[in-house]
Amino acid sequence: MPTISTQGVGWDLSDATRSDAALRRFLHGLPGVDQVGAEARAAALGTRSIKTTAKAQALDLAIRMVDLTTLEGQDTPGKVRALASKAMRPDPTDPTCPATAAVCVYPDLVGVAKETLTDGGRRDSGVNIAAVATAFPSGRAALDIKLADTADAVEAGADEIDMVIDRGAFLSGRYLQVFEEIVAVREACTQGERSAHLKVIFETGELQTYDNVRRASWLAMMAGAHFIKTSTGKVQPAATLPVTMIMLEAVRDWREATGQMVGVKPAGGIRTTKDAIKYLVMVNEVAGPDWLDPDWFRFGASTLLNDLLMQRTKMRTGRYSGPDYVTLD
Amino acid sequence: MSKDRIDVRKTYKLFIGGAFPRSESGYSYVVNDHKGAFVANAALASRKDARDAVVAARKAFPSWSGRTAYNRAQVLYRVAEVMEDRRPQFVQAVQQSEGLSGSKAEGVVDAAVDRLVWYAGWADKLAQVVGNANPVAGPFFNLSTPEPTGVVAVLAPQRSSLLGLVSVLAPVVVSGNTAVLVSSYERPLPAVNLAEVLATSDVPGGVINILTGSAATVAPWLASHMDVNAIDLTGAAGDTALAAELEVAAADNLKRVRRAPAAEPDWTLDPGLEPMTAFLEIKTVWHPMGV
Amino acid sequence: MSIFEYAPAPESRAVVDIKESYGLFVNGEFTPGGGASFKTVNPATEEVLAEVAEADAADVDRAVKAARKAYDKVWGPMPGRERAKYLYRIARIIQERSRELAVLESIDNGKPIKESRDVDVPTVAAHFFYYAGWADKLEHSGYGTTPIGVAGQVIPWNFPLLMLAWKVAPALACGNTVVLKPAETTPLTALLFAEICQQADLPPGVVNILTGAGETGRAIVEHPGVDKVAFTGSTEVGKAIARAVAGTDKRVTLELGGKAANIVFDDAPMDQAVEGIVNGIFFNQGHVCCAGSRLLVQESVAEEVLERLKRRMGTLRVGDPLDKNTDVGAINSAGQLARIRELSDIGEAEGAERWSAPCELPTSGYWFAPTLFTGVSQAHRIAREEIFGPVLSVLTFRTPSEAVEKANNTPYGLSAGIWTEKGSRILEVAGQLRAGVVWANTFNKFDPTSPFGGYKESGYGREGGRHGLAAYLKGGQA
Repeated sequence: MPTISTQGVGWDLSDATRSDAALRRFLHGLPGVDQVGAEARAAALGTRSIKTTAKAQALDLAIRMVDLTTLEGQDTPGKVRALASKAMRPDPTDPTCPATAAVCVYPDLVGVAKETLTDGGRRDSGVNIAAVATAFPSGRAALDIKLADTADAVEAGADEIDMVIDRGAFLSGRYLQVFEEIVAVREACTQGERSAHLKVIFETGELQTYDNVRRASWLAMMAGAHFIKTSTGKVQPAATLPVTMIMLEAVRDWREATGQMVGVKPAGGIRTTKDAIKYLVMVNEVAGPDWLDPDWFRFGASTLLNDLLMQRTKMRTGRYSGPDYVTLD
Repeated sequence: MSKDRIDVRKTYKLFIGGAFPRSESGYSYVVNDHKGAFVANAALASRKDARDAVVAARKAFPSWSGRTAYNRAQVLYRVAEVMEDRRPQFVQAVQQSEGLSGSKAEGVVDAAVDRLVWYAGWADKLAQVVGNANPVAGPFFNLSTPEPTGVVAVLAPQRSSLLGLVSVLAPVVVSGNTAVLVSSYERPLPAVNLAEVLATSDVPGGVINILTGSAATVAPWLASHMDVNAIDLTGAAGDTALAAELEVAAADNLKRVRRAPAAEPDWTLDPGLEPMTAFLEIKTVWHPMGV
Repeated sequence: MSIFEYAPAPESRAVVDIKESYGLFVNGEFTPGGGASFKTVNPATEEVLAEVAEADAADVDRAVKAARKAYDKVWGPMPGRERAKYLYRIARIIQERSRELAVLESIDNGKPIKESRDVDVPTVAAHFFYYAGWADKLEHSGYGTTPIGVAGQVIPWNFPLLMLAWKVAPALACGNTVVLKPAETTPLTALLFAEICQQADLPPGVVNILTGAGETGRAIVEHPGVDKVAFTGSTEVGKAIARAVAGTDKRVTLELGGKAANIVFDDAPMDQAVEGIVNGIFFNQGHVCCAGSRLLVQESVAEEVLERLKRRMGTLRVGDPLDKNTDVGAINSAGQLARIRELSDIGEAEGAERWSAPCELPTSGYWFAPTLFTGVSQAHRIAREEIFGPVLSVLTFRTPSEAVEKANNTPYGLSAGIWTEKGSRILEVAGQLRAGVVWANTFNKFDPTSPFGGYKESGYGREGGRHGLAAYLKGGQA
């Protein structure tokens, strides 16, 4: 567990995790979220109009924030190699087009991704490898299996681990169990010399309420998450603007309380440039411009990238592009 | 009653805050019956009596308006019960005041008691009849409910000394307002009798305050009083100059004004809702609906 | 890259066609006015937009006669279902011309296009749509079916078109005809509405629009041919109207000023409460009669709320009303700006501490940065007087009863806000507040079905909903 400064907060955060009861009191003592008000605020931010230079900046930033993802049973080494190539050079016709932040794959394909991204170890593309671990997507496995899953991925070269929380435990109020599991996975993210960043997935579509999302956010941050992430992409609804806003408020308040920054990753369901820009506006106005960086904000997405590329081409050429002019993967 | 016995006469006083003070001014005026024979000296309310009555009514407002509607209904019903119990006294007062035959006066008292019963029943139905659930286009619970306006000054009709009196008083208090009533100048005795009924029923002190005397003298003070929320000018019926003057004064704090009719209405008619809704405020409360 | 600046995103002005001069709309036609004309300006730039006719007493007489004739001959006798169809038509044309109306409103008023586009104009259309449906159902209103006659209506500059809708739609639905005067600083959308009436083939004289200032308004109110007066504006003028109609048979509804308390308890949903405070006082530049201009915050969370509030105020974008990203637009007039400045200066002089959001204000036009005052007590003028601008007075309380006492300690009683997650407290406090509209865990919400109006010196009568019909039917409240 990371050192938590309690400066400026009314709560003693280390006390909060002393027992299940204490943790429960703390999480339920967080200010509530009014669903209607939160959704109205998120919708209002969505009406910002981002044009011309701002849009051009936003497009490149969004591309740099993409965790280009494939998480299918039918994934193969070939598919992952193609994905990794695309992540490094999203637009082969335009060398000014930035690379994505990472590719996101199942643990067994980390090695394949690494091979492609490092050109067999010869160079560093700058594109990270994120692996979903801990019995993704349901999280229904024994802790030692989850830890082994994590350790395998890190050893295979993952730079980032996207773990899922035990929603069953969370929803039945066993917060301390969820907390301890995150702490354990975070420890497993360090294997010898290698240390991966930890993203904690809440599967907000299963948590249902914004109050739960806020509590999960604080729980994960207290347990040492580097990033908090909305969804696996396997449950509907996945990422939404209001859910992401609640998480952005949480990381903002966490920094106020502890001085530490935590990143946010909406994942699943973000398919268009228009949507992506709404998220960036929200990051800017809710958490603040410090979070407008791939180190602190990511999009978990697959089809989003091509829409961003088409918009980018449109901005450059003045013509609308079409799917035939961007690469499939 | 022995012929030799000298009867004990009643002193007719004001009714303020549940007590029966004489006028602060010490003045009284002669009340005659319809034939001009002396009946009594009534207290002549002064502006200071009006002021005291407003203070009493304001003090009584939070608790009266905060009671359950069911409770207010029972309190008003109790007033009707006690009035019924004192029928002969009211019949005599109405006869003296209005010069009616015994049977007609009885009819007036019956109607007045029945009207009180009718209004008593409205206490817990008004909100259902004049309130609304509003289907706003959004995830909000939205409810409009009536609330009492506050302290209401009432100029009781000059002619109909009991039925008219009850017909302007009951609709004001049934919804939770408190009242400062100025009785008929020439026919004040049924109002004083009513005050005595109120004092012996369950109406809390200050909810209804009754001033006998001249509307022309007292009403301007009530109309301009900044702690009075509304005024019923029925008692100024036919006196357009006084009514207009009072309405102008009432604008100082935007009192709700129930205007004086050109002539006193036929009090036997169904009053409808208007005498009550004239002294209601509609409050609309919004709340989001979410999880 | 660390800063994500928004490039200007201006809404196009091409959609509106502002004429050099405008006449009065009487009996279905535009006609010259007898008074001197006046200029309407864009408050964001001080650019003169148009020359507008001023109606004199003879014009008022002409308009009232036209309204009377239309009432007697056409609109009064017309079956409700036919009146309804005219109102539906108007609602549809407003939707069709919504962008034009929004842009014109923002140009003439100074409000952000975001608000005129997303709030004002859609609500205007909805209002006509709602009351259209009442026209042939009045027997279910509870107020009878008999209209009152000719309605004289005087409206303010803060929501020019929306206030027009609040006045015209129920009046027409009930079978009345109207003579309406828009505010002198914002006449243009009312004049465009006159064109919409023409497009809808509304019979001549049913709607008459007279532009002008206070004298024109007075002439309408005092005209003996006017049966019903409806006014939205200042409490001072409202009182003058109440005096003017004393002793007449004219019926009156008044929607006047306010000094609403927005009460934040320590268990409030904090982020939404901050949004609600911001929306409560900075929406429409604070030119809102029901604005939450007094923040009553529980002492235990006052510091935290203020920190969050200031941070949020720092993200408000003040500037060009036609920029789609503008949150706070221009103050409507030089006169209003002077009043806001005067009261703010008084606030400082009385010892309250002033803080304004750091923002660059344009050099021409009328502007005032979103501002809050702390250390305010009930005795301060800025806690008692309506400022009608983007200025928030912050007060604290310790207990629910103290909050209620302070909230009610004002001659006004239009609206109030409550923020707490405790349901029973909401219901209890809402019941205690002497205000016509109580927003719990929300603020500044409006809907055609929801009655709006004040207690005490905030006026009388309700606009909106079934209750809004009472003002325009004989069987409604006087």
